[in-house]
Amino acid sequence: MTLIPITLEINGVAAAHSVEARISLADFLRHQCHLTGTHLGCEHGVCGACTVLVDGRSTRSCLMLAVQADGREVRTVEGLADGAALNALQQSFADHHALQCGFCTSGILMTLTEFLCENPAPDEAQVRVALSGNICRCTGYQNIVAATLDAAARLRSDGVVR
Amino acid sequence: MSGALIGRRMPRQEDPRLLRGQGCYLDDVPVPDALHAAFVRSAYAHARILGIDAGAARAMEGVVAVYTAADLAPLLDSLRFPIAFPPGQLPEHVMPYVLPPSETVHVGEALVMVVAISRHLAEDAAEAIAIDYQPLPAVVDAREVLAPDAPVSRLELGTNTYPPLSIGYGDCDAAFAGAAHVFRQELSAHRGVANSIEGRGVLARFDAATATLTVWSSTQMSHELRNIMAAMLRMDENRVRVIAPDVGGAFGAKYLAYPEEIAVAAAAMHLGRPLKWVEDRREHLLSAIQERDAFWSLAIALDAQARILGVRGRLIHDQGAYAPHSYNVPYNAVTSLTGPYLVPNYRIEVVLAQTNKVPVIPVRGAGYPQGNFAMERLMDCAARELGLDRAELRRRNLIPVAAMPYQTPLKNRAGAAITYDSGDYLQAQELALAESGYAGFAERQQAARAAGRYIGIGIAQGVKGSGRGPFESATVRVQASGRVDVFTGALEMGQGIRTSLAQICADELGVAQDMVHVVTGDTSFIHYGMGGFASRQAITAGSATLLAAREVRHKALAVAAHMLAVPVAALTVENGMVVMAGESQRSVSLARIAEQLRGMPGYGFPPGVSVGLEASNMFRIDLQAYANAFHVCEVEVDPDTAAVTILRYLAVQDCGRLINPQIAEGQIHGAIVHGIGNTLFEKMVYDAEGTPITTTLADYLLPTAPEMPHIEVLWTATPSPTNPLGIKGVAEAGIVCVSAVIASAVENALAPFGVRIADVPIMPHALLALIDAGREGRDRAR
Repeated sequence: MTLIPITLEINGVAAAHSVEARISLADFLRHQCHLTGTHLGCEHGVCGACTVLVDGRSTRSCLMLAVQADGREVRTVEGLADGAALNALQQSFADHHALQCGFCTSGILMTLTEFLCENPAPDEAQVRVALSGNICRCTGYQNIVAATLDAAARLRSDGVVR
Repeated sequence: MSGALIGRRMPRQEDPRLLRGQGCYLDDVPVPDALHAAFVRSAYAHARILGIDAGAARAMEGVVAVYTAADLAPLLDSLRFPIAFPPGQLPEHVMPYVLPPSETVHVGEALVMVVAISRHLAEDAAEAIAIDYQPLPAVVDAREVLAPDAPVSRLELGTNTYPPLSIGYGDCDAAFAGAAHVFRQELSAHRGVANSIEGRGVLARFDAATATLTVWSSTQMSHELRNIMAAMLRMDENRVRVIAPDVGGAFGAKYLAYPEEIAVAAAAMHLGRPLKWVEDRREHLLSAIQERDAFWSLAIALDAQARILGVRGRLIHDQGAYAPHSYNVPYNAVTSLTGPYLVPNYRIEVVLAQTNKVPVIPVRGAGYPQGNFAMERLMDCAARELGLDRAELRRRNLIPVAAMPYQTPLKNRAGAAITYDSGDYLQAQELALAESGYAGFAERQQAARAAGRYIGIGIAQGVKGSGRGPFESATVRVQASGRVDVFTGALEMGQGIRTSLAQICADELGVAQDMVHVVTGDTSFIHYGMGGFASRQAITAGSATLLAAREVRHKALAVAAHMLAVPVAALTVENGMVVMAGESQRSVSLARIAEQLRGMPGYGFPPGVSVGLEASNMFRIDLQAYANAFHVCEVEVDPDTAAVTILRYLAVQDCGRLINPQIAEGQIHGAIVHGIGNTLFEKMVYDAEGTPITTTLADYLLPTAPEMPHIEVLWTATPSPTNPLGIKGVAEAGIVCVSAVIASAVENALAPFGVRIADVPIMPHALLALIDAGREGRDRAR
């Protein structure tokens, strides 16, 4: 099997790897980089659990090959917290009980990270549409929506959107 | 006991880890040298297996082994799973095979396992395996089994039905003969695939040095899996350790010992190397258990005052190709159908149909939603025909609070009488009607219709048995560091049971909650356990934890009294210290007592206490605690597209005393949305040959955020006398009424078209046909 060299930035750290051409970005992150916070729920691009940011855009890492990430910046759930502290969105999820089993949560956090950068003052309907590509079987979405609105308010008052 | 923590919205202990992506789900367990398994699955709903050619696969790069049924049989006590319910209920041949030797009975049934150094290579090799099938006719629709010329769905069975059940009481013939009104309904309720976002998965590693098999499984039942695995692998059960790591949802689909789990464990031992299999979504839709179709033919008899005299009829239940949990789902559906109502005469004949589809065992709700849908449809039908308000008809027939505890003539599967322990159904109804503005809806509906909009309101009421026994376990142990451990057979799969148990333990013992560490789903810490099903763990594990913590506290007080030379009655436990009331300097820590009770070599012990600052409790229970609910839903239906929009959803829930209201409310949200999925979106579709059609999440539609309403949850509380905490189960209590209330609302919205909702899910094309038929009928009448 042929290995292809790639270089990329993962959560702000430059990395060089050799990958099989057919390995998805998700499998690469999970098994070669040991960043197992990115989860696979369907592996056909519907459930959104594997969502990561590639050059700041939310991306299904199950539908993208690792080789396509060559030269890109990838951000995963492991890159959200600022050291010991959860970031505002993560803390808001904990406060509002916006996760139960936690399996879909990583992808939802990444989707919302992009969304809140683009729309720092969303209403409920906009949050629900932003979530339409992420499936959660546990929560019924209500507390996720509440957490997102609260996080947006916190971020606005802090003046920081990251 | 301070009671300060129970009832509080405490944050979940597991959240920070999960939010950082530091959870450890099955595929994250760090066993880097594991081999990978892939399964070849049946392409036919029914076929003889004439031969399997794995020669090419065995020779492929990276392939370590290929196991057919013939290869696996010598490694197992039996290729077939042992029966997992009381003997005599159903014949042993209702159990599935690990790999079937000669006949496959549903698409997706595992037939061959390939082991390779990577999943990719294992799947490549699986593609190279040639199976010689002789296709046989399949039974797809459960109603086919009644036809005399129906094909046989499994050759060894010779018939498509299991021995029939007749469930009921009283004298229906007399009741119906003397009735003022009798109404009949043909109804069907389909439920679907559990679809936890994490699929199933298993990782097995045999350690020759300790002769111990360690199995990680994404399961709801680590202990039962350990028991079955030990028996099938002919192992000492003390040498089989099953660990459920973080479980990414389950909803019933993981409460079963599956073929893949046994095959992977057997091969890991055979090869002497760790082996892993992780289910993909297609496999979940093809081979994880499902709930399916209930076809009801029912009649209800009422007297002149609209009081129910009897309900009778037939249920045809699609069991799928095997019945690994016997007939639990239809039994629950039938024994729960009468719900909160006084039904003096009742009889349902149950046809247990075997079809060529994935086996049925309980998914969240476990038959209750199907029973509730049937009864509530009958009530709406009767109200309409009698010209009575739907709520008024229900009110006349509710079991009154004065009749509690109310023993029905039916028995649960433990053999105990189904006894509603507590509940004020009228209070729930009155609260829901008042909060929803039910009385004023007709006016709003009229105004909307005048504006060309079709809005409707639905109501539904139900009960849910919870806290199924026979027991759950808890050991509470204080370490010399002061850390408190709770070990339990209960299992965390997202319901926050660890946090809830920590609240109970901390409260009872008198320690800070963050000193309490709860270990779930690991057989090495506690020998007995049942795990997560039937909304049971807060009741059973909660009570076990409470009683064990109480015993530890009593023990600590006795030892402290000895150490401080004061009477026990003068002592309390506060924040991990046993203190004398009013004299805080006279105190001793639980940590110090724990150290004392570990013993020092050769030295004495405080009198009258046993070793260790610990206690275990096996909370035994056969009775169930009955949660109840009253739901109100408003919908708008677009008559041109049949799109159903939920405008408002209000749920009044009685789950007794709540341990953590935030967690409880989250469970209700999730259950209601699961129910909305079952009612408006989710359908596992098979073609006429029994081939599944909906095998991706683009075809099998799960609810997503934009379509879901904001759910208003209101609580009433009638504490349960069945357990010392007074609690009732929550996880399924929210799902029971959902199909019924949406059907009620859609029918109400479309009353001008004369639409009758008899089937769930309400699929848009079917609803559009009903609207069009109603339109034509109306036009003809003009």
